[in-house]
Amino acid sequence: MISNLINRKIFTLLKVQYSNMLEYRVEIALWAISGIIPFFMLNIWTNNNLNESINISNVLLSRYFLCAFFVRQFSVVWVVFSFEEDSLMGKISPYLIQPLNPFFRYFAQHLAEQITRFPFALIIAFFFFIFNPESIWIPNLGILFLSIISTFLSFLIQFLMQSIIACLCFWTEKASSIERLLFIPTLFLSGLLAPVVSFPEYVKSWIYLTPFPYLIDFPANLLSGNETNISGGLSMQVLWILILFPLFKKIWSEGTKKYTAMGS
Amino acid sequence: MNLKKYIKVYKKFLHTSLASELEYKTNILIDLITAILSLIGSIFLLSIFFQNNGYIGGWKFEQALIIQGIYTILNGITNTWFNPNLTEIVKHIREGTLDFVLLKPIDSQFFISLKKITPSGFLEIMLGFCLLMYCIKINQINLTLTFLTLCLVTIICSICILYSLWFFISTTTIWFVKTWNATEVLRSFLYIGRFPLNSFSFSLRIFFSVFIPIAFITTIPSEVFLGISQLWKILLEVIVALIFLLTSRKFWLYALKFYSSASS
Repeated sequence: MISNLINRKIFTLLKVQYSNMLEYRVEIALWAISGIIPFFMLNIWTNNNLNESINISNVLLSRYFLCAFFVRQFSVVWVVFSFEEDSLMGKISPYLIQPLNPFFRYFAQHLAEQITRFPFALIIAFFFFIFNPESIWIPNLGILFLSIISTFLSFLIQFLMQSIIACLCFWTEKASSIERLLFIPTLFLSGLLAPVVSFPEYVKSWIYLTPFPYLIDFPANLLSGNETNISGGLSMQVLWILILFPLFKKIWSEGTKKYTAMGS
Repeated sequence: MNLKKYIKVYKKFLHTSLASELEYKTNILIDLITAILSLIGSIFLLSIFFQNNGYIGGWKFEQALIIQGIYTILNGITNTWFNPNLTEIVKHIREGTLDFVLLKPIDSQFFISLKKITPSGFLEIMLGFCLLMYCIKINQINLTLTFLTLCLVTIICSICILYSLWFFISTTTIWFVKTWNATEVLRSFLYIGRFPLNSFSFSLRIFFSVFIPIAFITTIPSEVFLGISQLWKILLEVIVALIFLLTSRKFWLYALKFYSSASS
């Protein structure tokens, strides 16, 4: 009975958000295009033969960057910006009355957006293969399944991190600048611009303890067939979720106690 | 055209937007840390590229740092003026408040482009200047008057091109209403400006000098800094900057004809 209710809620939320997102197809297409930075990076890498020094062939590197593009496409999170706007405008108050954590709403929004984004990402990949026909490959089903899971886990980690920052809106009003701060290490350390294997030793020694390489580098390596520790990576992802989730719950309950609706 | 009036109005703009921005003092501090980290991150990325190679696209590491410095300055200018103002156009058009702007006895482009200011961008500009000073020292560049004027001219031209690009994209809002994401696409393309143009493959080089003249924005000023730029390149940049400024102005006036305020 209860699970049935939850199912129905989730299903309805998803349906509503999906039709909402379909309204903004052009926007989402533009979002997809704005994620093509990995391809420019690939161009620098191969055009200057930089990959020779890290022992990755051209083909594997181009697959890596394509996968990095895909993982990024399906793990983009912007919950803090939505939440900040809603909380500044006072839209959070009606959400709080509903018997549903407002973050479910944002979560459904993200999932729906990913579904809408999928065809655009495929089109971009199609163009990528036209320009780089030698890098076409078909990952086996097991790997594909695992990398979808790890991409989803990466999305969850980022969603939780941003939700924690979003909850800071209860205290500071403008939490998005903290998010921009956190985005910098995500950008440079996650492997979006350069694979983590190419990092110098003094960074590699500690980077695997942080959540960043598990956001893009690990799923992208997994999907593209580059060398990676599958069980280690997945368990680190789960570990970070287990660390972040209680933190989020704690900060959420503290924050809602602190919250004062508009005009009070 | 009475310049005095415009200067007076601009002083008022500065006063009001500074007053409102200084309300969020911690934000400015966080933005400063973000700017520093972002600079460290991009130098880190550059150092990965140069790890085992002496040259990238014919540029040494010390020379490529100049591009980073100029990019940082331009990015600071974007964050101070272009980003806060031109993303506002989207809001003006969606909510129909552009009417109020058009009714004012002042040039609408002036009002829209300079109304707001984000002081935290100044810090980025200063960071960029510090990096440039350092580069002048390590590259042993002699400072002469002609050199300084040429640098100033090219950088001003870069700013003009950058402004026109932003303004161009924001103007398209009049037809598409929500082009907030288009500026995001521009942002991701501008990211290329951190690297020397020669490090890309031929086709991308053509794309970035003809369609989106990002090449002009950072590479030519850096070449001027190193004293390796030919005169025709500088002249070309001046011409491109003028063309961009004029067309963006014309485009704005043309677009305004299609503006049918809210609810009409």
